[in-house]
Amino acid sequence: MNDHVPQAEAFPAGSAAISIRNVSKWFRRADNANPVHALKNVSLDIAPNSFVSLVGPSGCGKTTLLRLLNGLIAADEGEILVDGKPPVRGPHMGLVFQSIRLMPWRTIRANVYFPLELMGVAQNECVERANFYLSMMGISKFGDAYPHELSGGMQQRAALARALISQPAFLLMDEPFAALDAQTREFMQIEVMKIRENLKGVVVFVTHSVDEAILLSDQIVMMSPRPGQIAEILPVNLPQPRWDHDVRARKEFVELRAHLWDGIKAMVVNDPESEFYQRDRLGPRMSTPSGG
Amino acid sequence: MLPVAWRFGQPSPLPGFRLALCGTLLWLAVIVLIPLGGVLLRSSSIGLAGIWEIATQPRLMAALRLSFGLSLLAGVFSLVVGLLIAWVLTRYDFPGSRFLDAAIDLPFAMPTAVAGIALTAVYAPNGWFGAPLAALGLKVAYTPLGIFIALVFIGLPFAVRTIQPVLAETEVELEEASATLGATRAQTIRKVILPPLIPAALTGLALSFARAVGEYGSVIFIAGNIPFASEIAPLMVVMKLEEFDETGATAIAAIMLGVSFAMLLVINLVQAWTRRRLGHG
Repeated sequence: MNDHVPQAEAFPAGSAAISIRNVSKWFRRADNANPVHALKNVSLDIAPNSFVSLVGPSGCGKTTLLRLLNGLIAADEGEILVDGKPPVRGPHMGLVFQSIRLMPWRTIRANVYFPLELMGVAQNECVERANFYLSMMGISKFGDAYPHELSGGMQQRAALARALISQPAFLLMDEPFAALDAQTREFMQIEVMKIRENLKGVVVFVTHSVDEAILLSDQIVMMSPRPGQIAEILPVNLPQPRWDHDVRARKEFVELRAHLWDGIKAMVVNDPESEFYQRDRLGPRMSTPSGG
Repeated sequence: MLPVAWRFGQPSPLPGFRLALCGTLLWLAVIVLIPLGGVLLRSSSIGLAGIWEIATQPRLMAALRLSFGLSLLAGVFSLVVGLLIAWVLTRYDFPGSRFLDAAIDLPFAMPTAVAGIALTAVYAPNGWFGAPLAALGLKVAYTPLGIFIALVFIGLPFAVRTIQPVLAETEVELEEASATLGATRAQTIRKVILPPLIPAALTGLALSFARAVGEYGSVIFIAGNIPFASEIAPLMVVMKLEEFDETGATAIAAIMLGVSFAMLLVINLVQAWTRRRLGHG
């Protein structure tokens, strides 16, 4: 159908945890006759127990794809199968947002056990399991605090604990650390890598940061904008675990980073709707005015 | 989060604390405290025993029961309907939504007597609503039900206008988060939408209740003012005044003041408790 869309990595039938087949999505505005083509003919297979990052410039449909996987919105064309079934939202599907979305009137502990409360789990078991995940995220002593009393990083830990408490088979993260400061962000990346050691399941991670994607993922899906489609699927062949030494200095890391960054830069510069459209082709280099 | 209040004795970038406080106290005294103090002083001339004697007259007891009972009922009803109206106004944009929004305030703006006459005309046994309801055996005008409708009419804007801004501020993202965590729609309403509204809802209840207790103009026409059946307490005050029994009038007023104060205090205590429980500080 579209020859520059690469073939999704092939898995034997039925072995993929998430299978996305020729999915397209349009967004229609009430006042606008021209619908926005958000996703075009996207096909992707995600293996069980894999960590997959979606990267790409703004408007490439990465968040839309995540929302489709969660069942928050439905595809206009094509088919998505999660564990062989159409996606439904629920506790088997943990979701962590950039905007942390804790309930300000609930304590951190009560926020964390909210999914269990919805399932009708008894109060004392809720508290017990919440305490386990609070200590796992290193925020045990903030169980009785309210969200506004915690820093952004602490709040995001609580949101992660809330997503994990129902022991989801799938964890979907939508730019979870984008609002955090650079240092907190690096520590949170280490937290995620450590969690991955102990918890099995599929993680789909949307990020703007190429470094973050390489650091965390088994596989990176680079997407291109307008309409959103898959540009390239790249495996990350860095040894695990990656937190006990700095993998950023490794040759594979540097090469992969350069490749991804060149791809994204080219997309942005060639995108007429981008604010950086053709910015690298502008005339002679600007000389710094010197002296008076 | 919230700006930290300036505390007495601390340097402040803004001058004028003393002037502002003096102005506040002066107006509060001239407009509210001294007139109400006068009521208490005047009524105290007959002593507690005298007030008790007036309070326990069966006709006044019936009127007080009617006034406070119906006001509370009307407050609760206004709250439920007000929540629905505030929800529609904040969440949906439809043709005429701005007109509807403006219409909410009409009961604030018109003389209550006009409202009373209009409601009576519609709900009287030969009115548009009154006639079919009468055919069903339901009498509205000149019964407590009529008073209830008048009290809801004047109380509703208070409920809507206190809930609306809080509802407009609630994060739709939280509702989405709740859904992704596996909540049903009913669970999201109960556990995500309603809890942050409770303090505002109680304020709305207190305001519409307080307004209903003191309401006179819109009620007296539709009430029919039948002793022991549809006679409200403020009317008893006016009747005493018309008989030049100022002491009796102020005694009833003092009783109403006391009961209102007690009920508002209870509502405020519940509110403070929920605020603490909901972590609003």
